[in-house]
Amino acid sequence: MLLGKLTLDAIPFHEPIIMGALSGAGLMGLVVFALITKFGKWGYLWKEWLTSVDHKKIGVMYIVVALIMLLRGFADAAMMRTQLALATNGHLGIFPPEHYDQIFTAHGVIMIIFMAMPFMTGLMNIVVPLQIGARDVAFPFLNSLSFWLLVSAVVLVNVSLGVGEFARTGWVAYPPLSELSYSPGVGVDYYIWALQIAGVGTTLTAINFLVTIIKMRAPGMKLMQMPIFTWTCTWANVLIVTSFPILTGALAMLSLDRYLDFHFFTSEAGGNPMMYINLFWAWGHPEVYILVLPAFGIFSEVISTFSGKRLFGHTSMIIASGVISVLGFIVWLHHFFTMGSGADVNAFFGIATMIISVPTGVKLFNWLFTIYRGRLRFTTPVLWTLGFMVTFSIGGMTGVLLAVPGADFLLHNSLFLIAHFHNTIIGGAVFGYLAGFTFWFPKAFGFKLNEKIGKAAFWFWQSGFFFAFVPLYVLGFLGMTRRLNHTDNPLWTPWLYVACIGAVLVALGIACQLLQIAVSLRDRKKLVDETGDPWNGHTLEWSTSSPPPFYNFAVVPHVHDIDAFTDMKEKGVAYAAPAKYAPIHMPKNTSAGVFIGAFTTVMGFALIWHIWWMAIVGFVGIVASMLARAYDNDIDYYVQPDEIERIERVRLAKLGINVDRNDGQANPAARPSKAKTLEQV
Amino acid sequence: MASHATHMDSAHAHDEHEHHDSGQSTVLGFWLYLMTDCILFASAFAAYAVLFGNVNGGVAGKDIFELKYVLVETFALLFSSITYGFAMISAHKGNKSGVLGWLVVTFLFGAAFIGMELNEFHHLIAEGHGPQNSAFLSSFFALVGMHGLHVTAGLVWMAVMMFEVVKTGLTSRSLTRLNCLSLFWHFLDIVWICVFTVVYLKGAM
Amino acid sequence: MIFRKYPRLLRGLSLTAAALLTGCQGGILDPKGQVGADEKSLIITATVLMLLVVVPVILMTLAFAWKYRASNENATYTPKWSHSNKIEAVVWIIPIIIVSCLAVITWNSTHKLDPYRPLDSDKKPINIQVVALDWKWLFIYPDLNIATVNEIAFPANTPVNFKITSDAAMNSFFIPQLGGQIYAMAGMQTKLHLIANEPGSFDGMSSNYSGGGFTGMKFKAIATATPAEFDAWVKKAREGKTLDAGAYQQLLKRSENNPVQYYASVTPSLFYGVLNKYVASHQTAMESGLGSVQLASLAKSLCITPPVAKE
Repeated sequence: MLLGKLTLDAIPFHEPIIMGALSGAGLMGLVVFALITKFGKWGYLWKEWLTSVDHKKIGVMYIVVALIMLLRGFADAAMMRTQLALATNGHLGIFPPEHYDQIFTAHGVIMIIFMAMPFMTGLMNIVVPLQIGARDVAFPFLNSLSFWLLVSAVVLVNVSLGVGEFARTGWVAYPPLSELSYSPGVGVDYYIWALQIAGVGTTLTAINFLVTIIKMRAPGMKLMQMPIFTWTCTWANVLIVTSFPILTGALAMLSLDRYLDFHFFTSEAGGNPMMYINLFWAWGHPEVYILVLPAFGIFSEVISTFSGKRLFGHTSMIIASGVISVLGFIVWLHHFFTMGSGADVNAFFGIATMIISVPTGVKLFNWLFTIYRGRLRFTTPVLWTLGFMVTFSIGGMTGVLLAVPGADFLLHNSLFLIAHFHNTIIGGAVFGYLAGFTFWFPKAFGFKLNEKIGKAAFWFWQSGFFFAFVPLYVLGFLGMTRRLNHTDNPLWTPWLYVACIGAVLVALGIACQLLQIAVSLRDRKKLVDETGDPWNGHTLEWSTSSPPPFYNFAVVPHVHDIDAFTDMKEKGVAYAAPAKYAPIHMPKNTSAGVFIGAFTTVMGFALIWHIWWMAIVGFVGIVASMLARAYDNDIDYYVQPDEIERIERVRLAKLGINVDRNDGQANPAARPSKAKTLEQV
Repeated sequence: MASHATHMDSAHAHDEHEHHDSGQSTVLGFWLYLMTDCILFASAFAAYAVLFGNVNGGVAGKDIFELKYVLVETFALLFSSITYGFAMISAHKGNKSGVLGWLVVTFLFGAAFIGMELNEFHHLIAEGHGPQNSAFLSSFFALVGMHGLHVTAGLVWMAVMMFEVVKTGLTSRSLTRLNCLSLFWHFLDIVWICVFTVVYLKGAM
Repeated sequence: MIFRKYPRLLRGLSLTAAALLTGCQGGILDPKGQVGADEKSLIITATVLMLLVVVPVILMTLAFAWKYRASNENATYTPKWSHSNKIEAVVWIIPIIIVSCLAVITWNSTHKLDPYRPLDSDKKPINIQVVALDWKWLFIYPDLNIATVNEIAFPANTPVNFKITSDAAMNSFFIPQLGGQIYAMAGMQTKLHLIANEPGSFDGMSSNYSGGGFTGMKFKAIATATPAEFDAWVKKAREGKTLDAGAYQQLLKRSENNPVQYYASVTPSLFYGVLNKYVASHQTAMESGLGSVQLASLAKSLCITPPVAKE
């Protein structure tokens, strides 16, 4: 068969909700397409963004993808809450299981892999090279490739909405349910290939950033002087490098089971489904620290910047993150205490899990003592941080409770568990990313975000979170378990309504976030940041202009302190221009990443639908694009001093520093007047 | 997937050759990639260890492994590592024809290894011991096959490098790439020694 | 939609609040058995212990944020102060102490509440073998030679020993008011020991998602007030059909919201036959009391055409 398993039946014409969603998305796509065409921006988009190898632009694109997927994932969440609020007391709601089960699977996969991960990766892309005083990452093309692999996976996940189906297994896809015997459709194959492709991209990103951090720090920056966000990203990348291959392996084995009738995880022929569960969580548990550690780094940066104070216990924070990373690898069994391991095994993993709360607790105290004797400015990022500290304390507590096996026997698979991990992932990771988004937005775009709407967004999210998830804690105590399609316990019903209200509040929070971007874009002249240092920052990313020039730093700074930029400002050398600029070596943009991503999508789609010829075409395309890239000799160039000087002159003029035309030297003692006034904001 | 990742990285190894210390960075990055690959293999080894006894009433390791055959296979790969070493020595001396000569020898040894492995697989499947028959056989085929895919990818990469050396000579770019391939090749050798010990020696006992 | 349901919501909320005050009817905070009661008190102890740190942290967060707000010029400001051995020592030691206490509690409670540990009682336990199917529960009373679907009964204050497996995807066997859950997995046997200290009818369920009909995979666990009531229930069950290989194959067919069914007699060692379908182990054969050949043929009779619908 020329098209494998693919027929016209794969498109769910008879499902009004899906067709509605599809036509909505299609319409939006058309509008965007038309607008870009109308303003003749295709060339600009292609040359300046899609083919860019600039870490800042790639970072922005990651975040754009993350925000779009946040909307998609939230739409799933909203449907789930609606279904559960309607399907009570004998009503069956609007989604039958075959649809509903795809929704909760997609929600989990999308929020973790396609929202949180890209958001984290995006912030890391924008900030880390700037924080360590580097001109780019170690392998700029690889960075672009990682991004396009993510896009390829995102495309596959979203195609599953309109062509075929998504997995109906829950986001963990435990066998034997995910095996061919119980899931003969293409849903699990979409799941496998989307995760697999995204996973390879993530692994490459981690390798890239580890090399960047090890090799490309500014002169003088010792490892223990690296900014805390860079440090937490380092730990996250170490975790990625060590854990993602396990996921790759587990998914590869599951594909062998499904495609070639192997017996890794089948119930029959000696296969061992428990092994998948072990492998999955050997990746899955470190994964939550991959998400949350960079968020911890963001909170540290935010709280120290807006307290106008050094971070309390910088070294302690680094060690605590390291301890969390290491312990994160020896606790995976707490995801299945109920599998029937012995009491000794369960107790060991339970206690190992609790020990993680020690370094986490230390972090909380360190943030507290950073605020202590500071001058805390209540900006939006600070609100997110304080909200996090309160919310996450509760999430940490319920986590430790779940780590007690005797308690977990009652709470496992219950809505209490759902409330717990949303409490840590929303209250920890997502709040952190949103804080980072607001904090570094002016760095990426050169203007600040509207504070008022930002704060409104925070309050909606924060209250929405409590309204949505405290009921789930209660429902867990009332004995309600997860992934139910409908319920018939009258005691649960009111709490399900409250949770629904919570979802509405979170929706308003998201709406505010979008509105904030739109309004700030409109008022960008008013919100402009000429200094590059809108918050009186401590670290190197604030020493360059906003947005930074494509080469980041005209002269690579020398570092003498943890708060490198504070140190420079105090010594009065923060805005000193050198006598002469040296040529800067930069990579050229390349379309290779886009092509490889496109061919990967083709190959993934073909493998999902068993269209073997098309899979071969995709694979050959990937290899050919890589070879073409490998033997492209035109991949870099030098930025000449006169161009650098022209760009820097504009920046110094904005800062109010007069540059003497004869020797091109700025007055080294000059402090930009604007920066000074902003400090007092 | 593993070979997929390999290709990605060979592409990245090709990147950025002109950066100040890009050769060093590339090699470090490649080391890190090898670590990830190591963990991938570790997962496959773990799966094999778990499923080793699950023969589903069919054949076990001792029934199907022919140690002598595998020993020859092993030596083919070990020799290919030595000859690759000679290629690198020539490369550092700037001896282009030496590099090419040793690469050809290495390629032949590697191809012999793959040929023997395919032959072994073919025999097993023909005798009705394919990976579909038991969890043990599944994990055996997957682990050994994954190593084989890596070696195949390495052979393809080697062919590309020979072509490059013929075309451009020993540039800093090709030296960095040869260096990465060298790491990759020796890494596969080490993995194979583990496969030989854990799968064949232990299985035949 | 919310507004339309507003009156119902309000009524429900007050109902629930009342229920919470009187002890969470039907939830895990309303245990009716010793195991559940122990696990509930464990939850409460652990929570209180942790609140000792969590509450101060939350209060300190709010207090520090307020006191050191930028507009409060009276507060001390030490921009360079970032290290104190004393504070560092305290912030590491306090969590360590709390976690140490929790660790001791965890170690002891995990052993005490090990689901595999038989409960101490002078009464002879009831044995129940559990098979998770798509999407219903099959219960076999090997000592009484009866079987049921989606309903079990046992006298209150008598330990119940469950042996659990699955002939479907992975499920989790859970009666929230009696105590913790345990997975049901094909080819594997897990154990659970529960007891009801009060008579009543308790909700049981699969708490691990296992496919489309999983929501309806519910059962009732009836703890009878007296042994006589239990005998009456057994008598009722004895009026049912026979559970032989043919009837089992019927049960294997997927069904949702299955009604309660009773079987008057059961093919001996059926439970072990189900286990043996996936893994032929010497141990299973020993336990079943059948020879391994006999057990294998029993297992074979319990298979229907492979569920794999190859395309």
